[in-house]
Amino acid sequence: MMKTTAEMKDAEGIGIYIHIPFCVRKCLYCDFPSGPAESGRIRAYMDALVREIHMCGEEGTRADTVFIGGGTPSIVDVSLMENVFNELYRVFRVSPEAEITMEANPGTLSEEKLFAYRQFGVNRLSIGLQSTDDRILRRLGRIHTCEDFIKSYGCARSAGFDNINVDLMFAVPGQSSEDWRRTLHSAASLAPEHISAYSLIVEEGTPFSRMDLDLPDEDTEYRMYDDTAEILAGYGYRQYEISNYALPGRESRHNSAYWTGKDYIGFGLSAASLRRDERYRVTDDMEEYLVNAGNREKMLADRQELTDNDRISEFMFLGLRMTGGISKTEFRNRFGHTVREIYEPVIRKHKEYGLLCEEGDRIFLTRHGIHVSNQVMMDFLLS
Amino acid sequence: MTDQSKIRNFCIIAHIDHGKSTLADRIIEKTGLLTEREMQAQILDNMELERERGITIKSQACRIVYKAKDGEEYIFNLIDTPGHVDFNYEVSRSLAACDGAILVVDAAQGIEAQTLANVYLALDHDLDVLPVINKIDLPSAQPDRVISEIEDVIGLEAEDAPLISAKTGQNVEEVLEQIVTKIPAPKGDPEAPLKALIFDSVYDSYKGVIVFCRIMDGTVRKGTPIRMMATGFTTEVVEVGYFGAGQFIPCDELSAGMVGYLTASIKNVRDTRVGDTVTNRLNPCAEALPGYKKVNPMVYCGLYPADGARYGDLRDALEKLQLNDASLFYEPETSVALGFGFRCGFLGLLHLEIIEERLEREYNLDLVTTAPSVIYKVHKTNGEVMDLTNPTNLPDPSEIEYMEEPIVDAEIMVTTEFIGPIMDLCQERRGQYVGMEYMEETRALLRYRLPLNEIIYDFFDALKSRSRGYASLDYELSGYERSELVKLDILVNKEEVDALSFIVHGGTAYERGRKMCEKLKEEIPRQLFEIPIQAAIGSKIIARETVKAMRKDVLAKCYGGDITRKKKLLEKQKEGKKRMRQIGNVEIPQKAFMSVLKLDEN
Repeated sequence: MMKTTAEMKDAEGIGIYIHIPFCVRKCLYCDFPSGPAESGRIRAYMDALVREIHMCGEEGTRADTVFIGGGTPSIVDVSLMENVFNELYRVFRVSPEAEITMEANPGTLSEEKLFAYRQFGVNRLSIGLQSTDDRILRRLGRIHTCEDFIKSYGCARSAGFDNINVDLMFAVPGQSSEDWRRTLHSAASLAPEHISAYSLIVEEGTPFSRMDLDLPDEDTEYRMYDDTAEILAGYGYRQYEISNYALPGRESRHNSAYWTGKDYIGFGLSAASLRRDERYRVTDDMEEYLVNAGNREKMLADRQELTDNDRISEFMFLGLRMTGGISKTEFRNRFGHTVREIYEPVIRKHKEYGLLCEEGDRIFLTRHGIHVSNQVMMDFLLS
Repeated sequence: MTDQSKIRNFCIIAHIDHGKSTLADRIIEKTGLLTEREMQAQILDNMELERERGITIKSQACRIVYKAKDGEEYIFNLIDTPGHVDFNYEVSRSLAACDGAILVVDAAQGIEAQTLANVYLALDHDLDVLPVINKIDLPSAQPDRVISEIEDVIGLEAEDAPLISAKTGQNVEEVLEQIVTKIPAPKGDPEAPLKALIFDSVYDSYKGVIVFCRIMDGTVRKGTPIRMMATGFTTEVVEVGYFGAGQFIPCDELSAGMVGYLTASIKNVRDTRVGDTVTNRLNPCAEALPGYKKVNPMVYCGLYPADGARYGDLRDALEKLQLNDASLFYEPETSVALGFGFRCGFLGLLHLEIIEERLEREYNLDLVTTAPSVIYKVHKTNGEVMDLTNPTNLPDPSEIEYMEEPIVDAEIMVTTEFIGPIMDLCQERRGQYVGMEYMEETRALLRYRLPLNEIIYDFFDALKSRSRGYASLDYELSGYERSELVKLDILVNKEEVDALSFIVHGGTAYERGRKMCEKLKEEIPRQLFEIPIQAAIGSKIIARETVKAMRKDVLAKCYGGDITRKKKLLEKQKEGKKRMRQIGNVEIPQKAFMSVLKLDEN
């Protein structure tokens, strides 16, 4: 008999994501719900957020990680942000050792803000740098220069942040592998605890999708990806997920929760949740959100109860994002079947192609497999 | 009974793009659909019919009413004809239902290859041809030159030809008047036994087969017991009527000279054959109309449902299409690569494309089409001669004495500056020069004998691109000639893909094989391993390309916990793979099977 994940999970703490859909100016590649807004609008939104958290019906639930993402959360007034934190702490039982991350962009941080964040309990910063090359930053439509970043980074360190992530982006228009290697060295030399390196995906509807871009070819992108792991390893970073690298013990606990099937609740425009075997999302319509924020039922969209097949598929394709892969024992404990009973032909095929590796209790993507991970993961989807 | 002297049955013939459809629209616009007498009664019927069911008439047949300058009302039956060379047969059957034809010639372009072909067809059917010069509003129009061209080249009196612009409507009234004065009225005998020509039909799930006919003699009405003279099928008429704009409008009877339709609860599509004669079972006419010569398909290809489970749907759809299109041929076949499907025969490549599109659009079928082939005659060492329509069925070379391929007589009309490039093209396509005639100082008619298999693929496109659109083509099958032919096989990842095999002339095999491999390399997406693509004649490899193994396919970012989105992307990708054909380990997209058609694209 399969034990429901809901039963097992109730004992665990959950993750909390809070979305701030505002920024100074939208970057050319960005397809997140986000955009510039005047202060009245921001205030109305932050008030709605407080109402949403207030009405969520999760009093006393333990939270182990909190992530304030965007957009650019750091452009919001500290006092408005404080209201949100206060409500969060009132409703949830946030563990004393919780990882609490705030996203920020260079040029929007100040000593005062950083100090206030520390007061709210924020203990991890995630700074969007993308590139150390100002030419590339302009191509991406970023609002800051590399120097802005170095100043912000220095401020954050002075304010006592000892756990900082830096976001980088590769395979962007006009970028050579040499450019990318320079960015990696420069960023790593500042010794942030964590580096996320995403390859650019040109999403429909973004300004980039309508432009004629000189994107690096497949082989260059391949090299850039391999260089990333190699160069960062030289600075002590270990790759633990498709796009994430960390100094030992500094892996992001919040993001890892997404990939290991832990429960999380998203607040704010279009934020996604997984709670008690159900996936859902907050509406992405701002007007609707502002009106209905106090009534969670009314503004949830795309609700989907996970079937056993959904849970098994997700366990596999999300678990394989981690370099450590999945545990066969955990699979059996969760689903009451061995992974072989369900996936033998798929596992055999991809082992033959050299894309999957099996060692002891674990099944994980090989280095080659990571490069073509979609091809492997899609075979683990059960219909 | 309608007075025959007030009926005009005609069609419009033209080279493609000379404005045939625009003129038809204009004529319909400038006339009415009903006589004054009919107006009151018919509108009600009309609405009733609409309530029952809206039916759109597929064939461009239309009955309209014109009040002429002599004060009389005339009934015009306008029967549209296809302009493309593939459909000479269809033109022919439309012409047989007419007494006259309007010949539309573009005032700037003048006579083109299909203008000639269509005029000759019309004259073969004893039709009076009424020339009309169109597009006189164009700055490049030279009506005088075109008039003398019509007189000199075709030998038609064109002095009075209306100079019109179908686009603006200028002088279209003159065309209408000349239809009355120059096209003869039908001269059937309404009292004679029924003799009607079937020139088209459509299937309607409510009424059964709707037979389009021209009444030559006699009268037909509801309840008339009829017999199809060729098929022997007998039944009783349920409804007769004529063609409104986009509607079937029932009436009491159809008598000699009229064009209309009849329904008779005919369920089986094979009982009504286009070209057959309908007569009264109890009072039959002495002999059937000559009908049409049976046309045989010239181009064959395999049609397969992308989803094997829809084989039955494809069969039903083909059966229905065949009702409206006697020239469509199909029979079941099996491919190792593609499963169960049909070998289908067509008049030409355009015909193939139209059928394919109708199957996809009207019947919602997703199709895989194999490379088109002509019919080769294989003379075997044991004395047998086989018609080969599917390259896969080619016997072992040791059993073949020799092979023959179909040859066409082609006429290409071209302005003199492009004679060189067009001759080069014909040369490349193994053409034999027959002769050249100057139509006038700047235009010539080139005659070539060309192997049909050289023109079915992309000859039209090549002709257009090498003459900046000015050359036009007409052709007719002339016979079979012995030829050095070989079967070219394609191996994907070392496995022969039967659906990709094609027959080619020995001299062009290397070139074709190389281009085919290059094209397939473009069409087959990178996969997890390297895929060799080879072209082979027998066991000899003559060309090779490699699809490199996929290097990168990663979704780097995981959208702030939006797992659903990530999953949907993966599902979509998986869906796309499902739509491909699995040959061994390799997934081949459906359009790759048509690659052979695009070898000269660049």
